[in-house]
Amino acid sequence: MAEAAPSVTTEPSALQERSLSVLRWMLLARAFEDKIAKLYRAGKIVGGVYLGRGQEAFSAALGHALNQKNGDIFAGLIRDQAGRMAFGEELIDAARTYLGSARGPMRGRDGNIHRGRPDQGMPAMISHLGAMISVVNGMLIARRYRSQNDASLAPIVGASTIGDGGTSTGAFHEGLNQAAVEKLPLVIAVANNQFAYSTSVDRQFACENLVDRAIGYGVEGQSIDGTDLLACVEAFDRAVRRAREGHGPQLVVGKLLRLAGHGEHDDASYIPTDLRDQPHGGDCNEIAAATAIERGWASADEIAAWRSEVTEQVEAAINSAQSDPVPNPYHESWQALATRHLSEGNAQPTPQVHPAASGTAPK
Amino acid sequence: MSITYLDAIRSAQEKALADDPSVYLYGQDIAGFGGAFKATKHLAKEFPGRVTDSPISEDAILGSAIGAAIAGMRPIVEMQFADFSSIAFNQIVNQAATHYWRTGIPCPIVVRMPSGGTEGSGPFHSQSMEAIYSHYPGLVVMTPATVEDAYSMLLEAVAIDDPVIFCEHKFLYYHLKADALPEERLPVGKARIARAGRHATVVAYSAMVHEALRAARELTDDGYDIEVVDLRSTKPIDTDTILASVARTGRLLVVGEAFPWGGVTAEVIARVSAEGFHLLDAPPQRLNARDTPIPYHPNLWRVHRPNWQSIVAAAQKLLRL
Repeated sequence: MAEAAPSVTTEPSALQERSLSVLRWMLLARAFEDKIAKLYRAGKIVGGVYLGRGQEAFSAALGHALNQKNGDIFAGLIRDQAGRMAFGEELIDAARTYLGSARGPMRGRDGNIHRGRPDQGMPAMISHLGAMISVVNGMLIARRYRSQNDASLAPIVGASTIGDGGTSTGAFHEGLNQAAVEKLPLVIAVANNQFAYSTSVDRQFACENLVDRAIGYGVEGQSIDGTDLLACVEAFDRAVRRAREGHGPQLVVGKLLRLAGHGEHDDASYIPTDLRDQPHGGDCNEIAAATAIERGWASADEIAAWRSEVTEQVEAAINSAQSDPVPNPYHESWQALATRHLSEGNAQPTPQVHPAASGTAPK
Repeated sequence: MSITYLDAIRSAQEKALADDPSVYLYGQDIAGFGGAFKATKHLAKEFPGRVTDSPISEDAILGSAIGAAIAGMRPIVEMQFADFSSIAFNQIVNQAATHYWRTGIPCPIVVRMPSGGTEGSGPFHSQSMEAIYSHYPGLVVMTPATVEDAYSMLLEAVAIDDPVIFCEHKFLYYHLKADALPEERLPVGKARIARAGRHATVVAYSAMVHEALRAARELTDDGYDIEVVDLRSTKPIDTDTILASVARTGRLLVVGEAFPWGGVTAEVIARVSAEGFHLLDAPPQRLNARDTPIPYHPNLWRVHRPNWQSIVAAAQKLLRL
């Protein structure tokens, strides 16, 4: 097919439309994370708060490239606030999980980034890195079996993200190799953010570029600047399309810099400040906004208006979650099995201490 | 016709595949080869595309089974040996076991674990993992001791909505035989009185049930009538049946093939001591494997695990207390 002639209409290009849509998710994620970081510092969130600052473009472009309504799967990890929402997670689910609401998807049984709605294509991550890849593989295998009995089912794509540190795990290797053997429509996005907690990449792996592993696994790979919104949109659109068309697993490695601590308890003083001035050390949200203005896709005023809009959305979600009921230990079933009659949970009495009077203070 | 314990496991999988299109089998060498122990012999041919070989990736085998299960399938995965499930441990105890409680979405997987010692198998092909998995909330752990239970419990394992660790004993694979597969079943969660008696209760499970029954027969020569309780599952443990037996006999010996520290035998004794102390005429006793890795040479292996002779000795001690 010949190259399409440059558009002469005033219709926005597909790339423009998609990029601006992703940018709005990026702004919403940043506004939400700024808010929960404040709540954490104010002692309103127990456990931890983990930010995706600096990774919004990379994460949201993937979430946006997938199609939840079609049955696609997105296993978001620790720094995927933007990608989760771009895929279809409701902001209120995130707010409720961080604030421990009884109405959230995890009902106070799990918190922060350990949330999901597996029946809506969003498996809930466990902390052990690499472990979600084979879970997504299994969800894709289930779809393959179902498609054998129902030819009308559209092909779906499953995706999971991971960091540079997570690629060192055995589970990452087993999962990606399994997907390659099974030729599954899987997209793995590796956010090479230069640090796994405090450990820099030179102590994590010895290859030149993580994307070089793609050839070893027999999968297609792309290496991109993870701070460049347009590059992210194009790379993930391509990866998702290739996976959906039957070309097997896709590895996308984005180089960028984590612009936060591992969690908000961590001041990240170990990250040399001059890394910010290196290529890939910038803030993807700032870069994307500048690009949009430069290309004439949006004015500075429009972007400022979007920022206030998302801030209002965040305030509304947090206010709503803060007025939710909290989990009640007296109403908790304390049973881990779906098969109730096999549960030994009844062997333990409900604690007779009021929750407010027990336990340790939030960190 | 005689049916072995291994035949029963194969037949149960065949029936599960035939009855439910959401069942599939996944594991190392299980397709054309039929499995290291032939527990899936001919099933790949009988059910094309539903019995597939995996890479040597225990973590990914389990992870993918979990993913498929939460998306509506009912996978049965084979660990070639229970010992290798240590590689899949994370997926089993952190992903599968927590899934329903965390998300409200059930995770109906069956993990078949060829368990326990046989002569010459050594430290890494002989382990009994039931205590490890029973420790974790969110798992059901089955330890069938008979051909009938191997069949009916495996079918029940597939049917229930929770992750099931199915500890099938390799020592029983070929030697244990029955005339027919059962048409009725004792539900999972109920222990079975394998032999009625009145002088002491021996609680056992899996291969140790047969060692206990042999010991009970030997002890009749001394005039003792031993009751043997087969736990059938170690999670849950049927405490009521154990307490009822101890109420009849007043004495308790618990036998397990796993290592001695903690574990199923300690759990049973803790429960009986807490809930049935007044029923006991003597301190409850336990007998386990020795506290070393499992030895290779048959001379060492035979005395590493409990056997009918050591059970006789332990029971005689208990009866004199």
